[in-house]
Amino acid sequence: MVNPYTIHPATIVQKIQEAEDINTYRLQLVDEQAREHFRFKAGQFNMVYVFGVGEVAISIVSDPDEPELLAHTIRAVGRVTKAIAGLQQGDVLGIRGPFGQGWPLEEARGRNVVIVTGGLGCAPVVAAIEYIFKRREQYGSIKILHGVKTPHDLLYRERFKSWGRFPDTEVLLTSGQPDKAWHYHIGVVTELFERVTIDPGNSIVLMCGPEIMMRLGVPILMRRGIPETAIYLSLERHMECGIGLCGHCQMGPYFLCKDGPVMRYDRVAQWLGRTGV
Amino acid sequence: MTSDMHGILPKSSLQRLLDVLSVRGYRIVGPMVRDGSVVWDTVRSVSDLPIGWRDQQEPGRYRLEQTDSQEVFGVVHGAQSLKQFVFAPREPLLQIERRKEGFTARPTLPQSEKVAIIGARACDLAGLTIQDRIFLNDAYRDPYYASRREGLFVIAVNCTRALSTCFCVSMETGPRARSGFDLALTEVDNQLLIEAGSEAGRDLLSNLSLSTSSEQLSVEAATRIEACAQSQVRRLDHSRLPQALYEVHEHPRWDEVAGRCLACTNCTMVCPTCFCHTVEETPDLSHQQTTHVRLWDSCFTQEHGYIHGKNIRPTIKDRYRMWLTHKLASWIDQFGTSGCVGCGRCITWCPVGIDLTEELPALLSPGIQSSTAKRQADGNSRRVEG
Amino acid sequence: MSKLEAPRKRPRLAVFKFASCDGCQLSILNLEDDLLALGQALDIVYFPEASSAMNPGPYDIALVEGSITTDEDAHRILTVRQQAKVLITIGACATTGGIQALRNWADIEAFKQAVYPRPDYIQSLSTSTPISEHVHVDFELWGCPIEKGQLLRVITDLVGGVQPRVPADSVCLECKRQGHVCVLVAKGLPCLGPVTRTGCGAICPAMGRDCYGCFGPSEGARKGPGLPPNTTSLARHFHDELQLIPVEVLRRFRGINGAVEPFRNESRVWENKR
Repeated sequence: MVNPYTIHPATIVQKIQEAEDINTYRLQLVDEQAREHFRFKAGQFNMVYVFGVGEVAISIVSDPDEPELLAHTIRAVGRVTKAIAGLQQGDVLGIRGPFGQGWPLEEARGRNVVIVTGGLGCAPVVAAIEYIFKRREQYGSIKILHGVKTPHDLLYRERFKSWGRFPDTEVLLTSGQPDKAWHYHIGVVTELFERVTIDPGNSIVLMCGPEIMMRLGVPILMRRGIPETAIYLSLERHMECGIGLCGHCQMGPYFLCKDGPVMRYDRVAQWLGRTGV
Repeated sequence: MTSDMHGILPKSSLQRLLDVLSVRGYRIVGPMVRDGSVVWDTVRSVSDLPIGWRDQQEPGRYRLEQTDSQEVFGVVHGAQSLKQFVFAPREPLLQIERRKEGFTARPTLPQSEKVAIIGARACDLAGLTIQDRIFLNDAYRDPYYASRREGLFVIAVNCTRALSTCFCVSMETGPRARSGFDLALTEVDNQLLIEAGSEAGRDLLSNLSLSTSSEQLSVEAATRIEACAQSQVRRLDHSRLPQALYEVHEHPRWDEVAGRCLACTNCTMVCPTCFCHTVEETPDLSHQQTTHVRLWDSCFTQEHGYIHGKNIRPTIKDRYRMWLTHKLASWIDQFGTSGCVGCGRCITWCPVGIDLTEELPALLSPGIQSSTAKRQADGNSRRVEG
Repeated sequence: MSKLEAPRKRPRLAVFKFASCDGCQLSILNLEDDLLALGQALDIVYFPEASSAMNPGPYDIALVEGSITTDEDAHRILTVRQQAKVLITIGACATTGGIQALRNWADIEAFKQAVYPRPDYIQSLSTSTPISEHVHVDFELWGCPIEKGQLLRVITDLVGGVQPRVPADSVCLECKRQGHVCVLVAKGLPCLGPVTRTGCGAICPAMGRDCYGCFGPSEGARKGPGLPPNTTSLARHFHDELQLIPVEVLRRFRGINGAVEPFRNESRVWENKR
C-alpha cells in the first residue's frame, strides 16, 4: 500500500535570495526512484519538511516539464519556514507530494489568459506561466498583471521582464507604495484591469494572491463580462496532511488541499469573505 | 434470516463466546466501569462487564447507578466511541533518523492486532462506517487506520434502553444495528439473541452450536428495540440541511452559544466521527532522531485555523460555527452523509451541556432571536420610547 | 537540517532563582537520563541548586524560576536579562507571579505583623509580579511545577536553532486523548481543565481529581474579546449547576495563577456576589 505520509529527502541544489526574507530553493530528490516518479502539474504543492521541526505546504514554482529539479519560493514567516531559511545549499529537506489540483492549463488552450497576482501570491502561478510560454503558440494573448505593496516586494524581476518580450504578451506591474526608482504603474492590481483589453468571451483568468485582492478583483472582471466559470483562484488555508484527512484546510464544503488549492470561482464564491470560513 | 445466522445464547453462556474469541486469538475489549463511567478495556471474563450498572446521561452530566438486575449491557455508552481503535489518539507515523546523506524516514505502521469489541452500539457502528469512508475510501487511503481496522471484530449490542441524550432514531442510525457488525446481541432477560452480520460472524456463530432462535424471542427482541426507539424524545431535524445551515452564517444565535461554549474540544474528542488531527515532531536533544506523531486535534484549538501570522477562526463563535456547520452541513457535501450519528456524546460530555439538538432549531428559526440579540432589541425599543 | 556541522561551542546555560519553592529547578534535576544528555548538549555554567560552580555570564540560555517580590530582585532580574541571549521563565511564579501573588489582594504589612517577631527586618514589596513585568521574556514555560518534557522540548528546539513552541490548548484535549473519564461531567467536580493550558499531561484528572489550573489559562495570558478561555461560562456552571457558592468559585480562579489576567478578572467578578 502506498503510504501518503512517507517523506522523501531532497537536497538543496541552489538557494536563491529573492528578498530579505524570501528565498527560492531548487531541490533534487535524493532517491533516484522517487525522482523518476515525481510528476506534478502547475499549481500543485508539496509538503516541505525540516528534520525535527515539521512540515509546511508550499506551492511548486518550477516548470512541470523539469520535475527532476523542483523549486519552491518560501518566505520565512512561521516556525518551519524560518527553519528552512536557515538551510544552505547542500542541506537536505524532505518532500511529500505533489498534492492538490493545479491550474486548468488544458482548458485554457486556445484561449487568452489573464494572470492576476499580488505579492508573493505570484509564486503558485509561476509554474503555469512557464508552462504556457513553453507552448506559446497554443495560447491566445497573455496578460500578466502583478501588484506589490512596495518595489521591495517584487520578486522574479528579471522573469517578468523576459515574459514581456513574448509576442502578444503584456506584463503590467504596479506598486501601492512606490519609491522614486519605480517606473511602472502606481496603485493596486485591480486598477490595472482598466489598462488592458480583455475579450470576455474567450479569456480565462488565473488569480493568486491575498484573498481580499481576489474578492475585490473578481466582481470587476465579471462586470467586464468574464463569466465566473472562467475565473480560477489559488486559495490558502492551514494544511497539515495534504491529503484531505487532517481537517484544517476546509473552506465551506471543500478541503483546499485536495479539492484545491486552485478552485473555480463559482464553486467558492459563497464562501469567500465569510468570517471564520 | 436463515438459522445459521442467528441463535440463542443463554446469558449464563456468554463466557463461551468470549472463550471462543480468545481461542481464535482475539483480545476482547468491552465496557468496564471506571471513575464513574465506562471505558473500553480488556475483558477476561463476563464478570468484568458492567453487570447491573446503568448510565444516566443529560447535558453536561453523566452518572452510573447500580441496580439489582443482572443486565450485562445496561450501560448504553461512555465517552469513548470506537474511534480510538482505528484512528488512534496518538499514532506515530514515521521514525526519522539523521544520516550522512540527510535522513531516512521509516513508516511505523501499527501491527494489526486482532481485537474483538463487545458492546458497540448502533451509533458506534454508524460512526465507524463514516470513519471508514474518510480514512479508507477517499482520495487517499490511510495505511495506519487500515492496519488497525483490519483486525477488528465487532460485536454490537442492540439498544433496548434510550438515554435522554440519544437521538439515533432521527439520524436513522439506530437503535438496531443494521450493518457494520460481525455479531449483534440483543439482551432479553436471561437470554441473548445473537445474529451474524458478516462471514466471520457466521463462522464464529456456527462454532458456538447454539439453539436456534425461537420466533418468540426474535419478536420480543424486536419489540424491545422498537420500544427503545419510541422512547426517544430528542431529535434532530436535518431535512433542510446542508443548505439551511449555510444560510444562517450571521444568525445571532452563534453569539449566544459562543457565550456558553468553552472551546475546550470535548465535543470533538468524544464524537465518533470527528477526524481532525495534527502532527507533532519530537526530536531528541542531539537532533539525531525524531518521531513524526499524529495526534487528535480539534477545530476548537487556536492552531486549527492558523495561517502565516493570522487566525482564520480566532473567536469561540468562529470555532463553534465551524464545528456545527461542518458536522451537520458541509459533511454531507464532503462525504454524502451527516457527520452526526445521534449518539448524544457531545451533549453529555460538554462540561456546560451545550446541546446541538437545541442549537440547530434555534439557528434555523428566523423568528426566534437569541436572548442577547433580543435584549439588545428590547433596549433599542426602550430607548426609542424614552 | 544542516550537514554534519563542525563541532561548535555548546550553548551556555544558567539557572536563576527568584521568589519560588525550587520545585521547577528540581524538575530539571528530575530529568534523570535526559539530564546527562542535557549536560552534553549544553554547558551548564550556573545552577546553584545543582552545582557550586557559578560562572559569570554572558549566557546563551537563562532559565528563570520565581517571581519578583523584593526591591533587590527587581534589580537583579535586570542584570540577568543583560547577561542572557535567551531568557526563559520556568513555572507559574516566574510566568504569572505564582501563589505568592495572593498577597496582591492582601495587606502585606498585616501579614508581616502576624508572622514575624521583628517585622521591620522584612524587606518585601507589596506585590508578587511575573518576570515579564520587569524585563523582556523570550519564552514562558507554565506550570507548578513545569513539566520536564516541555522544558526538554524547548531546549531541544533552541539548541537546534528552531523557534520553540508548546501547545496552548485546553487540558481537556490531552485528557481525552489519554482516555480519562471527565471528572467534571461524571463526578460534578469543579475542574478547571476546560480553561487551563495543557502541558501537565492531564495528571490530576488521571487521578480522579479536578484540575486547579496550575498551567494557567489556555491560549495565553491575555484574553481578547470572544476568545478562549471562557472562564465566565465555566464559573457560571460551577455556581449554577455544581452548586459552588461565590467564594468557592472565586477561589477556583484565585490560586496558583490567580494574578494572570483571565483568571484574575474572573475571580474579581465573584468578589461581590453573594
